[in-house]
Amino acid sequence: MVRVLIWGSLQSATDGQAKVEVEAKNFKQVIDALGKDYPGLTEQLAQGVSLAIDGVIYKESWFTPVRPDSEVVLMPLMAGG
Amino acid sequence: MSKIHVTTTINNDPAEFLCEAEDTLLDVLRDTLRLSGAKEGCGSGDCGACSVTLDGRLVCACLVLAAEVEGAKIDTIEGMSDGENLHILQKKFLEHAALQCGICTPGILVASKALLKKNPDPTESEVRLWLAGNLCRCTGYDKIINAVMDAAAEMRGLE
Amino acid sequence: MSLDEFQKRDFKVVGQRVERPDGIDKVTGRAMYGADAYATGMLVGKMLRSPHAHAIIKSIDTSAAEALAGVKAVVTAADFAPLEAGDAHNVLDACIARKKALYDGHAVAAVAATSEKIAKAAVKLIEVEYEILPHVTEIEDALKLDAPIVQEGFRNKKIPADMSDNASNYYQFGHGDVDAGFERADLVIERKFRTAATHQGYIEPHACLASMGPDGKGDLWCCTQGQYYVRALCAQIMAMPESQLRVTASEIGGGFGGKTTIFIEPIALKLSQKSGRPVKIVMSREEVFKASGPTVSSVTDVKIGMTKDGRITAGDAYLRYQGGAFPNITCYLGAQSAFAAYDLEAVRTVGINVLTNRPKQAAYRAPGAPMAIYAVESVVDEMCQELGLDPLEVRLLNAAKKGTKSSYGPTFDDIGLVATLEAAKAHPHYCAPLGPNQGRGLSCGFWFNFGGNTSVSLNINFDGTVGVTEGNPDIGGSRASISMMAAEELGIPYDKVRTIVTDTNSLGHNDVTDGSRVTFAVGLATIKAARAAIREMCNRCAKLWDIDEDAVVWKDGFAKPAGPNAGDYEPMSLAEIAAKSPNTGGPIAGHFEVNADGAGVSFGVHLCDIEVDPETGFTKVLRYTVFQDAGKAVHPDYVEGQMQGGAAQGIGWALNEEYIYGADGRLQNAGFLDYRVPVASDLPKIDTVILEIPNPGHPYGVRGVGETPIVPPLAAVSNAMAQAIGTRMFELPMSPPKVLKAIKAARG
Repeated sequence: MVRVLIWGSLQSATDGQAKVEVEAKNFKQVIDALGKDYPGLTEQLAQGVSLAIDGVIYKESWFTPVRPDSEVVLMPLMAGG
Repeated sequence: MSKIHVTTTINNDPAEFLCEAEDTLLDVLRDTLRLSGAKEGCGSGDCGACSVTLDGRLVCACLVLAAEVEGAKIDTIEGMSDGENLHILQKKFLEHAALQCGICTPGILVASKALLKKNPDPTESEVRLWLAGNLCRCTGYDKIINAVMDAAAEMRGLE
Repeated sequence: MSLDEFQKRDFKVVGQRVERPDGIDKVTGRAMYGADAYATGMLVGKMLRSPHAHAIIKSIDTSAAEALAGVKAVVTAADFAPLEAGDAHNVLDACIARKKALYDGHAVAAVAATSEKIAKAAVKLIEVEYEILPHVTEIEDALKLDAPIVQEGFRNKKIPADMSDNASNYYQFGHGDVDAGFERADLVIERKFRTAATHQGYIEPHACLASMGPDGKGDLWCCTQGQYYVRALCAQIMAMPESQLRVTASEIGGGFGGKTTIFIEPIALKLSQKSGRPVKIVMSREEVFKASGPTVSSVTDVKIGMTKDGRITAGDAYLRYQGGAFPNITCYLGAQSAFAAYDLEAVRTVGINVLTNRPKQAAYRAPGAPMAIYAVESVVDEMCQELGLDPLEVRLLNAAKKGTKSSYGPTFDDIGLVATLEAAKAHPHYCAPLGPNQGRGLSCGFWFNFGGNTSVSLNINFDGTVGVTEGNPDIGGSRASISMMAAEELGIPYDKVRTIVTDTNSLGHNDVTDGSRVTFAVGLATIKAARAAIREMCNRCAKLWDIDEDAVVWKDGFAKPAGPNAGDYEPMSLAEIAAKSPNTGGPIAGHFEVNADGAGVSFGVHLCDIEVDPETGFTKVLRYTVFQDAGKAVHPDYVEGQMQGGAAQGIGWALNEEYIYGADGRLQNAGFLDYRVPVASDLPKIDTVILEIPNPGHPYGVRGVGETPIVPPLAAVSNAMAQAIGTRMFELPMSPPKVLKAIKAARG
């Protein structure tokens, strides 16, 4: 299981939990599992999200591996100027 | 209404064009003569990107009516280098990395050349004040000022 | 592929100050920008724009314009098929109004004619019947429950009940128990800050030349930060396949985020399609101000708790950003970055976007961060003042470092904030004496930095020179940096390499030039493309020498046998291998495609000295120093240029620049005379100190540097102001009338 940190305004979709556990081995599996386990997240997931895995922000890379002890943080899709 | 015929000298070459009464010198330089080195950043004389000299005087080409330049001598960025040989200012701008996007560069070079003709030994403050009519949004002006000061020193050394 | 580990090395080319490849063109006037393209049979396109801030478009009568001799096409929103809700839908609505004009300057129709004069006359002949609606342009007015609603349907369900439907996006971030943190504090200060909307102020107005054929093929030339994104949006709007639209990026006359989207391009394509002729549209400066994408304005409440020895116990920020008539994400970038410089046990930030009758905001250099960090850094400064603590020591005490759980979630890896603060502390600027009416301000800044989708192709020419093809418009000297990294990796001189930025149909996809990504991501892809070419060159030598491919290595521009066991062969230079390549298997090239990650966050610290004239309220910036971690400065001149340019823009934001809307909802200062960007005589020399703390995610340690420098100046100038005039200001810009008012209020 991987622990995923959920940002504040999304926690109403995770029963108020700041951290949720999902079964996943990579970026895509994290996103899929979040959508399946917490349907309230699907709207945001469809709008696009980034994942910070062990401190590095990944925008879309599905096959980025996630280990059970990885720090995984859900973030909105990031953009710059 | 028929167009106005204008005979002039641009970068030491004879030039002729037809223009409407309301056409600016910048319109004619860019769209008629295809000398697009002068840029239109504002059309109101605020940014200096269209700087050229008219009978030696620094002007914004967007504020000069084309019909006014009959018989005048105009110098633009296209005439600044001598064949393959860049003007010292041009060389110094490259050496000091005094440009990023480069859109203001032609105007700033023309304005700097006009300054050094008038004042070959300007202080840094004088350069900053003279160039206050030329907006640059990329560089913070620092390297531009360095390049102009260095070019001035080198040009003085040649005299 | 993700992280590409940094390896320490001695650089030969990287780190030098070489001349840029586009330099000659730019000092001779030859460089081709957006408005510098001409095509045979070209028409001039002009837009008709709404004079009203908010109005229903009841009808548009274009018949008189169409009947004018020389007019070849007229376009309104009706010419575009409606799109499904989403980004492209909003972009098209911002380009040309469909049912409602949403802001002063919103385009409602466009014409293409054989001359500018005829096009202008034709625009005047278009009759639009408007039903004028009440409008709202300011954040706090727009949030009132009885405010005119700009667009329905964007309200996030988290928006508090006391806010109108103009509130759209809502985001909350943070960790820890904020209330308990404030309980532990010896001092808690809460303040409200306001920042005006500013414009990127690129000197080159938006310009494009579009050419559509009856066969459905199109070509578009435009000034943009991202030709591929332009193509994706325009193809969607024009309902054409991307393969049939080739977009070429001109030289770009400044972007700063403002050219990451489109404003006129689909209109030019549609006019070209209808007229069967190439159409050029060039925005006037007034149009740029009214109808391109300025940044957000903001209202931010910040509350911070601190112990009397300077440790921050909790931070709370509540951001309301308005970014015009459409929803946008800048508020979450602000909410995430507000406290990024601090190592906090408890932090909470909320970002809300508010719709107003203003143009759709676009990115502006570290979008969302400057205004949020301005508010935080102002409160930290006030607390230091109140507690009698050194503001730099307090930042050091609380600085985020490796292992810090950031305010937006992830734990930081190697970051350069502490080293940057130490550099500022050690610099003579920090303890130089100040005179009367003078003040010194300090601020930290932060930006995330991104990587993204990137394609690079690198060709070994038969004569031993190298061509690099990349797809990201060069806004700050990146072609030089890319050539340098290619030369470094291949072991050849810089002047043997030429890098060009190509069109959408000549190379795979590249994300927009944004997020400070180019030197990082395109550099990484270039290094990898060079490695691919090196592998092939080694293979050719293996064939020539008739040894194993693995037995050939590359060193300093030569292929060599890996060791004595591989055999005794004279090393072959790149040029020798290239010359033989027709005989050994044909042309040699390397290419690399990646969605690059691991950009590495960026921190900066700025020091600013100002002097205020108490009689006029005029502020003179006396001295300015920028400290920033560049990971590895590939071309130090252009790193310094980013630091200086960002600082100058931030100083303008702090002191003068602002969008001013009248009670009629119209923009009052749509020109450079009244929207005052810093000129040369406004600024002092801007000193720079580059730190190089390698980014573990790049083979040369490179971090993006472009955006961070605009973040600290807002608070650095404001903190200096507090010292110079003896009272703190809570609103930007601190233009002379406002400074004078603050001085008078403080005197009582």
